[in-house]
Amino acid sequence: MALTTIGSAGGSSARSITEGLTRRGIDARSKVVEGLLVASLTASLLILVVLVVDIVQRSWPVWTERPGDFLRDGLNSASTSSAGVFSAVRGTIILAVIVGVVAFPLGIACAVYLEEYATKSRFASWTRVNVRNLAGVPSIVYGLLGLGIFVKALNGLGEPANDLQGSGFFGLRWLGNLLNLLSGNSGRNIFAGGLALSALVLPIVVITASEALRAVPRSIREGALGVGATQWETVRHHVLPAAAPGILTGTVLSLARATGEAAPLLLVGAVTGTLITGDKSFVEQLSGPFTALPVAIFSYARQAGDDWRAVTGAAALVLLVLVLIMNGFAIALRNRYDRKW
Amino acid sequence: MAAVTPPNDSGANQALGAGPHLGGPGVLRLRASRRRRDGLARGVFTAASLTTFLVTVLIIGTLVFDAWDFVRQITEADAGSGWKLGLTLVAAVLGAMFLAPALARMLGQGRFAAWAKRLAGMFTFLLVAIVGLSVFGGWTVLNRLGSELTAVGWYPRRGLFDMSTIIVGTFLVVIIAMIVAMPLGIGAAVYLSEYAKPRIRKFVKPIVEILAGIPSVVLAYFALAFLQPNLVVRFFDPHDKSASILAAGVAVGILTIPIIASVTEDALRAVPMSLREASFGLGAQRAQTTFRVVFPAGVSGIVAALILGISRAIGETMVVAIAAGAVGGALFHLDPLDTGQTMTAAMAALGFGSDQVAGADSAFQSLFFIGALLFLMTLGLNVLGDRLVRRVREVY
Repeated sequence: MALTTIGSAGGSSARSITEGLTRRGIDARSKVVEGLLVASLTASLLILVVLVVDIVQRSWPVWTERPGDFLRDGLNSASTSSAGVFSAVRGTIILAVIVGVVAFPLGIACAVYLEEYATKSRFASWTRVNVRNLAGVPSIVYGLLGLGIFVKALNGLGEPANDLQGSGFFGLRWLGNLLNLLSGNSGRNIFAGGLALSALVLPIVVITASEALRAVPRSIREGALGVGATQWETVRHHVLPAAAPGILTGTVLSLARATGEAAPLLLVGAVTGTLITGDKSFVEQLSGPFTALPVAIFSYARQAGDDWRAVTGAAALVLLVLVLIMNGFAIALRNRYDRKW
Repeated sequence: MAAVTPPNDSGANQALGAGPHLGGPGVLRLRASRRRRDGLARGVFTAASLTTFLVTVLIIGTLVFDAWDFVRQITEADAGSGWKLGLTLVAAVLGAMFLAPALARMLGQGRFAAWAKRLAGMFTFLLVAIVGLSVFGGWTVLNRLGSELTAVGWYPRRGLFDMSTIIVGTFLVVIIAMIVAMPLGIGAAVYLSEYAKPRIRKFVKPIVEILAGIPSVVLAYFALAFLQPNLVVRFFDPHDKSASILAAGVAVGILTIPIIASVTEDALRAVPMSLREASFGLGAQRAQTTFRVVFPAGVSGIVAALILGISRAIGETMVVAIAAGAVGGALFHLDPLDTGQTMTAAMAALGFGSDQVAGADSAFQSLFFIGALLFLMTLGLNVLGDRLVRRVREVY
């Protein structure tokens, strides 16, 4: 193939080959091409630098004038002097916890099933195709899932909660309270948002965990099974520990993805105007309206004027730092534990 | 060492230590407990993957039910339009089934003909669907619902549903994004795979990955605060100085650079070294080797990268919702310097705020209709891209 392509280039190519072999001609074209390629790479990296510099520069007034207040104030799209990120950051942290509790165990368990238990079954291959397709679905569609299923389902929990409260049956009071918590704000609460984000990152967790499990050599499994371990013992004591760094990398990356995602939360009903939590108890806040850092950036970005641009920039910087720390940690982790078996 | 250690279960250790009583009742009981635990684990893992499967079912279910409600409402409002829509779709399917092979047979041999043949069905379907909808006035099927407005545009809260407005908006953003991302992404990938020394690669690769991790809201802000004044207003003369499709498109392009770069790089690195060595051995220069040997060998991977990038660009929401400017809706236009709306941004605009639409309102259901359309488009592109990526892996 190489022969025909070079041969078809004709005389000019033959000359350049001669020159190349005798080292008489300078390989000018290669240099130009290389320059162009370097330029495109540099441009991509330069964007990152410009982005960071621009955001820092624009948000500078906020950081110099009221850094503490900005971090302590709630979401407020009415005045720049009392706009902050506190309720947004808290929402993001709670969302991350929900994603960690729901999506990570589910995703890792699914990956273990696909890679260790049902490698060849038809259901497994369906699920594999499915997961790959889910990974490409736009994030806003997960917002529709949240709106159409999770919000409705959580809202529906309100009625049994009232029944349980009304009955006054002592043993089930806690269950009523829990259902009340989950159904707060007619289902448009942080749990619905967290479930939507969990569905969003689930395929990513499954895919990265599957890759990590696949990288564990067969010999380790065969060794464990050979000395009489059951499949569960093989997975628990040998395969999972060997794949742990890869799985951890995947979960951190997907957590970063969930942290930066705003579209599904908007549809689920995250607050975009003003959310000041004041002296409400933590439980009341949990079941009430919620917001998150990317949603706060969206609300601030919609206001016009340089003051708002500074506030938005400051919020964007907070999010950028959070996400970059997570991504950097994941990349460092992967590079450190990237072992070839 | 770990592989030799028996299961971390003190009971099992004792049983093994017991030696002569290996066949005794104690061991049998232990075996039963281990078996039970093994069965339980299997059950838990199966349940987890069933739940994962369920997510897809839920998504498709939600989309189909509400989207169908929307179509029914629209067709009821405009009698006879259901027929037009149905006929167009049937014609498109028939066209894809019978016309496409006939067209494909007319093409000759060769690489591009092979490509065209593979894509002929899809293109014919789209072509017939678009022509059919235009001829029948099918776009207006989804155009007006009890609205007194005569303009063509997307204002769902006022009953004006013109799908072409937001579909064209999406295409504009995707085209601009690809103009930005294609050269930069492929260029960076070619450099990293063919030219860069291992040391540079090791240093640069993580930075590209960090670029991939930037949240889209941050890039949206960048588009609004930096790209719009410094790029769009400086070099062009837009009517609206605050936002434009162009700025949003460039930002979406920046978002897709890392995807295109990483898929392309994987494809190029999958090309075996022997091909390059053969080329160098014949005296070819690096540029010749890269573009005449490595590139053709990895072309399906590069196409896959572009397809996946397009799919990502179609689905990108926040950048367009923030930086393209149109909040309530948009009129039909083709001007990238004007504000506009894409399918995703239209959904975001419907979904948030105090006047958030809800219930059985047709504006609410249009949300699910766009969602279903978006789901189908990205699904088709992803399946295609995925298949191409696999092809590269299978060939080498």
